[in-house]
Amino acid sequence: MSGEIEKGSGGRVGMWLFISTEILLFGGLFLLYSMYRFKNPVDFHAGSRELSRFFGTLNTAFLITSSFTVVLAVHWLRHNRPEKAGLFILATIGFAFAFLVVKAIEWSAKFEHGLYPSAHVLLSRPRGEVLYFGLYFMMTGLHALHVIAGAGVLSVVYAWVKRGRVSKDKPILLENAALFWHLVDIIWIFLFPLFYLIT
Amino acid sequence: MNAAENKTEAGIGMYALVWAALMLLTALTVATAGMNLRKITIIVCLGIAALKSLLVLLYFMHLRYENRTVIKLIIPIAIVTLAIFIGGTFSDVFTR
Repeated sequence: MSGEIEKGSGGRVGMWLFISTEILLFGGLFLLYSMYRFKNPVDFHAGSRELSRFFGTLNTAFLITSSFTVVLAVHWLRHNRPEKAGLFILATIGFAFAFLVVKAIEWSAKFEHGLYPSAHVLLSRPRGEVLYFGLYFMMTGLHALHVIAGAGVLSVVYAWVKRGRVSKDKPILLENAALFWHLVDIIWIFLFPLFYLIT
Repeated sequence: MNAAENKTEAGIGMYALVWAALMLLTALTVATAGMNLRKITIIVCLGIAALKSLLVLLYFMHLRYENRTVIKLIIPIAIVTLAIFIGGTFSDVFTR
């Protein structure tokens, strides 16, 4: 490898370092999930049966496709077609919104059945189920916050693409926003089987 | 893994292929979960999740075409770190 460092790559290095901290953040929660699941296999199975596999799969499809649209946005920006890039950024935000709508539907359904943190109905269930739903709300909630943050960042980047502040010659802000978005996708790729598909 | 020659990205065709593979793997993991394979279900589902993540990392996040070594090290280091603290905690919880 030559001694030359790729020009403008510093911003990307910084973003990957941030991504590594996010992996550790969710990693800690996955650690909790693993241990509680190991100690409460029956209750975790019972809890997962109350989640909608249909909605979970739909949300997985939304996020995977949004990762596709955001990488296309980066592609078109690099090929000096900012108007196309803008359209794909909007598509990505659209899928993020769709994901959040489904998440809201799922959570509302749980709330209506008295299942929310500290709820009397939830607390009167077996201890393992209380842990399961506690983890469910914590992890999907934290993930949803990341979806909101990612969509917010992409909205700002969209405006900057339109203004020319982000362009083929200065792409780093879109590229980093896209990297964050892929991270959000990857986290969900693991959340989905752990909460919706375990037996 | 080597940065693939002069390419800096996989290209639209490859992105579409990766997207299709991700959707297929999603269908596969849902089908597997419905098969009641008991203990191996979790291993298969997590394995498929790992494979999906690898596709996103390599092609969508461009790690396959990354030149900077420090960036290429981030994911392996994060995985080793997680393996250590999840594995280590398991060795405690499992033996109580």
